Amino acid sequence: MMSSRRSRTSSRSLARLLGAASLATVLAFAVTGCGGTTGNEPAAVPNASGGPSAAADVPFVFGAFATPLEEPWDGAVHAALQSAADDGLIKYQHVDNLSTADEMERALRDIIASEKPDVIFGDAFAAEDAVRAVAKDFPDTKFAFGSGGAEQAPNLSVFDNWLQDPAYLAGMLAGGLTTSNTIGVVAAMPIPEVNRIVNGFIEGVTETNPSATVTVSFINSFFDPATAKQAAEAAIAGGADVLFAERDGVIAAASEHKLPAFGMMVDQQGQAPDYVVTSLLWNMRPTVDQVVAEVTGGKFTASNLGKYSYMVNGGSSIAPINTGTAFPIPSDLLKKVQAKHDEITSGAFATPINEEAPAGSTTVGK
Amino acid sequence: MDFPLLAVLAATLTIATPLVWAALGAILNERTGIMNLGIEGTMYAGAFVGFLTAAYTDSALLGIAAAIVAGLVAGLLMAVLTVTLGVNQHVAGIGTTLLLVAASDFTNRLLFSGGSQTVTAKFDRWFPGTGVFAQYPMTYVAFLILAPALWWVLRSSGFGLRLRAVGENPEAADAAGIPVASTRYAALMFGGAFMAIGGAFLTLSLLGSFTLDIVSGRGWICIALVIFGRWRVWPVVAGALLFGFADALQLQLAISPMFSAVPNELLIAFPYIVVIAALAIWGRGVRYPGSYLTPYRRA
Repeated sequence: MMSSRRSRTSSRSLARLLGAASLATVLAFAVTGCGGTTGNEPAAVPNASGGPSAAADVPFVFGAFATPLEEPWDGAVHAALQSAADDGLIKYQHVDNLSTADEMERALRDIIASEKPDVIFGDAFAAEDAVRAVAKDFPDTKFAFGSGGAEQAPNLSVFDNWLQDPAYLAGMLAGGLTTSNTIGVVAAMPIPEVNRIVNGFIEGVTETNPSATVTVSFINSFFDPATAKQAAEAAIAGGADVLFAERDGVIAAASEHKLPAFGMMVDQQGQAPDYVVTSLLWNMRPTVDQVVAEVTGGKFTASNLGKYSYMVNGGSSIAPINTGTAFPIPSDLLKKVQAKHDEITSGAFATPINEEAPAGSTTVGK
Repeated sequence: MDFPLLAVLAATLTIATPLVWAALGAILNERTGIMNLGIEGTMYAGAFVGFLTAAYTDSALLGIAAAIVAGLVAGLLMAVLTVTLGVNQHVAGIGTTLLLVAASDFTNRLLFSGGSQTVTAKFDRWFPGTGVFAQYPMTYVAFLILAPALWWVLRSSGFGLRLRAVGENPEAADAAGIPVASTRYAALMFGGAFMAIGGAFLTLSLLGSFTLDIVSGRGWICIALVIFGRWRVWPVVAGALLFGFADALQLQLAISPMFSAVPNELLIAFPYIVVIAALAIWGRGVRYPGSYLTPYRRA
């Protein structure tokens, strides 16, 4: 009897059920759309701020990002394009959160058909094949994408965040600051882009502290600050007294335990003004300027733009070293770091690039 | 270097805290027969609204209060969809999660336009320097107040009895004069508040900041924990501790010299393997609440 009543109940309310269910999902997707893929509202800002509204002859650049702009990697690319737009060098619009290859491909074809940009910037890591296929189909549109692969003639250039030099300088500082001779690194996942930064950092530690141990935790996520913080806690329990926050969440642990920390991608000193020593910074502006120059000069060719993210070309740096830390930073350490900094910017020294996955625990001298 | 076992135990309690809050909220929902897949979104909304309020008022307590309100509203939304409208509970729950995550991200962008938001008023650990006992207030509340209280309420209180009656057999409960709809509304709203506190733990205790995807699937883990614990309070708490221990252990092992040759992926998968194995062993032949997934209508 009960089952028959149940089936009656459900058939009676089927129409209502479907209606309400679809309403709920449509609502949800509508808001997802607003949160993720519009991107038009900030894009209107450069015009409003008096930049390039009248400049019809500057290149029209479209940003097509796989992650939300809150993600620091795409955030750095966006910030550089935005600043170029503010300077009146380009006309700029963007869309973000194209999180699957399918979404990226559809958005790119859509953008090319409806907006006709001169150049599209973006990141292809999650959608290499899709981006390369679209580039092939539209040879008149220029593409500059973050990618682990090579450039694709005639119209797809690639770039990446080559932060091994600032990582080396941060490593030197970390090696000089540790008293327990153990330094903890918390990073996203062992992929080449991350590995070369972590390895650069370890190289830097070796220079100032050849007997130190560096522990490396991977949290297997780009966005999980709670786990990153627990990984930092584990590093501290393992003896670390200096932390490198390749991911968000680590600085919270450093400030609770009153330990020196190094930030990443943007200057994170504000998150713990007493404990963040410096941060690795990526400046995409030289890359953007190079592409804009190529396009305006009519001589764009597919190339690897990676070198424009190198410190020697102004594409990366470390944030001004915090002078107000709760612990002293020895002045001879600062001198050494400054000397190395000058060697790097003059081209006399380049951090070796090592994209092998680092071990969970490395004694650097060995 | 000796293996820091005490630190692993301390981390176990910290990692388990948001899971205990949210999974106990889910028990409250499911014992009335409603499966709530809105748990991930409710945690997310709690994390965001709590952070937002703390950022503007400079008070972590007001942040928690606002998170509770967000959880009550999320529970109310689920109740309207699943109790009043009788919508398919899978669709309503996933829709609620999508809506709340997207609404939080959208508001975050409108107000802060990018980046990770910086430290605000947050709760500090109690008893710092005491190893295992150096925990956030919400950890103490979860294990010493919430779990025993919910256990007692479900087992011995009139409300708990009515709640279980509705979950097992709404027709009989209705015939006995128990208001089925309002019992389910209450359970969904209170459960939602607990889930939201679990989310707010991440922003207001652990991190003091908000980043996208802050909950990172913890809500989905709770769904498995509730089945693993067979809708009973203490087994669910034990499941959360088991997961927390496995996660804390792998984080510690990954950086110990002995294990640094073990592939990182293996260690990261370890807590999930533990949960899946536990489910495969103890999660078989579970008896769901009698009216699970079934909206109630007087015929």
